[in-house]
Amino acid sequence: MSRSALGLAGSLGTTLQRELQLAFSSPGRIVNPLMFFVIAVSMFPLGGRMSAEVLGTIAAGVIWVTALLAVMLSMESLFRSDFDDGSLEQLLLSPQPLYFHLQVKVLAHWLVTGLPLVVISPLLGLLLHLPEAGYGPLMLGLLLGTPALSMIAAIGTALTVGLARSGLLLAVLVLPLSIPVLVFGAGLVDTALNGLPLTGVVAVLAALLVLAGTLAPLAIGAALRISVH
Amino acid sequence: MLTVANLGCERDERVLFDHLSFSVANGMLLQIQGANGSGKTTLLRILAGLNSDYTGEVLWRGQNCRQTRQEYQQALFYLGHAPAINRTLTPLQNLRWFCGLQGFSDDAAIHAALQQLGLAGYADIPCHQMSAGQQRRVSLARLSLSAAPLWIMDEPFTALDKQGVAELEARVDAHVTSGGAVILTTHHALQTRHLLTVVNLDALRTESA
Repeated sequence: MSRSALGLAGSLGTTLQRELQLAFSSPGRIVNPLMFFVIAVSMFPLGGRMSAEVLGTIAAGVIWVTALLAVMLSMESLFRSDFDDGSLEQLLLSPQPLYFHLQVKVLAHWLVTGLPLVVISPLLGLLLHLPEAGYGPLMLGLLLGTPALSMIAAIGTALTVGLARSGLLLAVLVLPLSIPVLVFGAGLVDTALNGLPLTGVVAVLAALLVLAGTLAPLAIGAALRISVH
Repeated sequence: MLTVANLGCERDERVLFDHLSFSVANGMLLQIQGANGSGKTTLLRILAGLNSDYTGEVLWRGQNCRQTRQEYQQALFYLGHAPAINRTLTPLQNLRWFCGLQGFSDDAAIHAALQQLGLAGYADIPCHQMSAGQQRRVSLARLSLSAAPLWIMDEPFTALDKQGVAELEARVDAHVTSGGAVILTTHHALQTRHLLTVVNLDALRTESA
């Protein structure tokens, strides 16, 4: 027999591998949130006659809110198929620590849904006449903020996975919890545009990420145990 | 191994079972019987630790399962109603993840298990292209990959053909012979060389009524 024991890292590796395989075998999971992000943001200039200057001032807020919605919508699929086919039960019954597996699962999901949003965000900044000084802080903020949003949204997803129609309920649960990330994320761009030092806001965003990344898996685990009842 | 003491469960203000006590020792084959809706699945899920909405105690080697969760889960193999097979992934990908969750990697054993179940050559075909019976077999391949002494299986014979049923019965027999324990539900008349212990939830309810 060639059975080799995997440490915790190896075991987490199989979860990461599985999530990525799942994402790439149904590319809609990657493309749809991205399409939503691009289309929704590009509708703002169409919605009213705004001067380039006005657009520039609301750009960061628009991009951040839309990114938040895109992350939340993409999260719906995180536990859905696992819940339906029973894989979730196997995950909960695994002797491996659930906490880290959930962390990796959300991280893998962010890699295929959140990271593309970060990468494409400068293009949308251009579309909304974001002043030049805002691009770096926008991307940095999204890079720190979207994984935190994914973690927060995953709590809502875990709570609602047992329900047939969870879309609006998910929004009601998740959006209020996302406010701090949104405020400091969009605030980072404003701070930069006003020429103020960024360190403080970046530190707050990083702290929020650490907080969400360490506490959310506990809540997700508890929520999943309730959902599989 | 497993002791159930004074277990009771209510669902929607309807008592499914109450004061249920039994114990499962090594080399024991236990069948849970009962009509549809009598709480068989609920009981198995409670035993597996998936449902904590009960009164009484479930003890694993003398200790409450809730306190020794990790140790208990190491010793437990649970096969639920759903096959726990992702349909967009291949059997190999599905089983690799299962092995990973148990803390090991062994591709050779996965291929051997698939071959044993008549699925040689299907390792890299997405599961949605396979029949329900074949998907069930992929799910059952986990039995050979798991080293757990306690098997809890909910309707394991669903969707299997005659040969598959016979093979699974032989597998269950072998596990019991080697000192493992099996708790299962089925509506099919189980063929076994071992003593079959039965817990009948219907009888229990009429007794208490």
